[in-house]
Amino acid sequence: MAGLKEIKRRITSVKSTKQITKAMKMVAAAKFRKAQGRIVQLRPYAEKMYSVLGSLARNVESVHPLMEVRPINKVEVIVFSADRGLCGGFNTNIMKAAVKLVRELQAEGKEVSVSSVGKKSTDLFRRRRTALRQAWGGLSGKVSYSNAQSISGDIIDNYIKGTFDEVRMVYTEFKSAGVQKVTVLPLLPIEAACLKEGSEDMADVFLFEPSEEAVFEQLLPKNIEIQVFRALLDSAASEEAARMAAMENATKSADDMIKRLTLQYNKARQTSITTELMDIVGGVEALKK
Amino acid sequence: MENKLRLEIVTPYGKVLSEDVDEVMTTGSEGDFGVLPGHVNFITTLKICILSYRKENDTKFVFINSGYAEVTHDSVIILADSAELSDEIDRERAIIARDRAEERLKQQEKIDIARATSALERATIRIQLAGKR
Repeated sequence: MAGLKEIKRRITSVKSTKQITKAMKMVAAAKFRKAQGRIVQLRPYAEKMYSVLGSLARNVESVHPLMEVRPINKVEVIVFSADRGLCGGFNTNIMKAAVKLVRELQAEGKEVSVSSVGKKSTDLFRRRRTALRQAWGGLSGKVSYSNAQSISGDIIDNYIKGTFDEVRMVYTEFKSAGVQKVTVLPLLPIEAACLKEGSEDMADVFLFEPSEEAVFEQLLPKNIEIQVFRALLDSAASEEAARMAAMENATKSADDMIKRLTLQYNKARQTSITTELMDIVGGVEALKK
Repeated sequence: MENKLRLEIVTPYGKVLSEDVDEVMTTGSEGDFGVLPGHVNFITTLKICILSYRKENDTKFVFINSGYAEVTHDSVIILADSAELSDEIDRERAIIARDRAEERLKQQEKIDIARATSALERATIRIQLAGKR
């Protein structure tokens, strides 16, 4: 059995760890609420955008380069991970899904290029010696719309240039504080059918300036931006939710450990007292004789 | 409400403004336009511009960083990349931004001209607007 001092030392160490995990949980909770608020704020903008885009898609005949379906040889996979660790299975799950997707695509005989958002996935792909086409980092906790604009700008440029024929995003969809789901979402080409779905027709009632085509052409890249922004926000909220849960668990385990160690400590203390007592009693008895 | 326009300005960061107004003036891709209640339905793209709205005799200004306007007979909905109410504008920052953009444009080399130009445009309009309040 470990010595008394040794156990005491461990209890102190676990206690200080518990304090840290507890503090991290609170920080994650605060960040999580903020991230969740931003998702809610984006909603009215995104919905309005979809309804306009949907009605335009029905009426514009010309095929925009972003909607053109080409034979798919090269696929771009964009992975959204966190910049930091200590958020439970968040990064692992996203990486697992990404690696699986890449393998599947390769098995289908397609050329795959990978881009990463977030330091964790960048590091992991580097370690696996997967060449990254692009890596964006340092976004965690301070995602802004201009980040989404620069990411989607790069993707759109390369898509039009023909660097790749299809783009898929792998990100963690935020459902609720308890539920986050790793999702693979096709980003490009934009499917016309997808746009037309579920929006009322408004082209008959609206005049377009300068023209339907021109508005449509400007809205399409915007749609990509919004989707990327949404993925960024979802990913950020999920990350904080995952961290919150992970830290909650860590705090609980620390509690359990402290309890167990305290019990062990008390037992050890009792044993040592008993032994000491026995010694004294033994000594006294010896003296009596 | 009769004879009022519902003005809503929505950005990816949330709603900036939601108010009942009498008149809205702004700059579309085809030039300036004004909207009064009962306007024909139309959708247009917006430049980096100033939007002004009148509520009774009170006129206010909003900075719009490119977007779209959806006009119906009783509402104007603006979808903008970003928008700032005139009293939220930081004039100092806009001046710094303008100088920086001008500097960049002078150098001409190795810069994203489109980006610098639009930064300059944004700054100039912000400064213009800051003087209006």
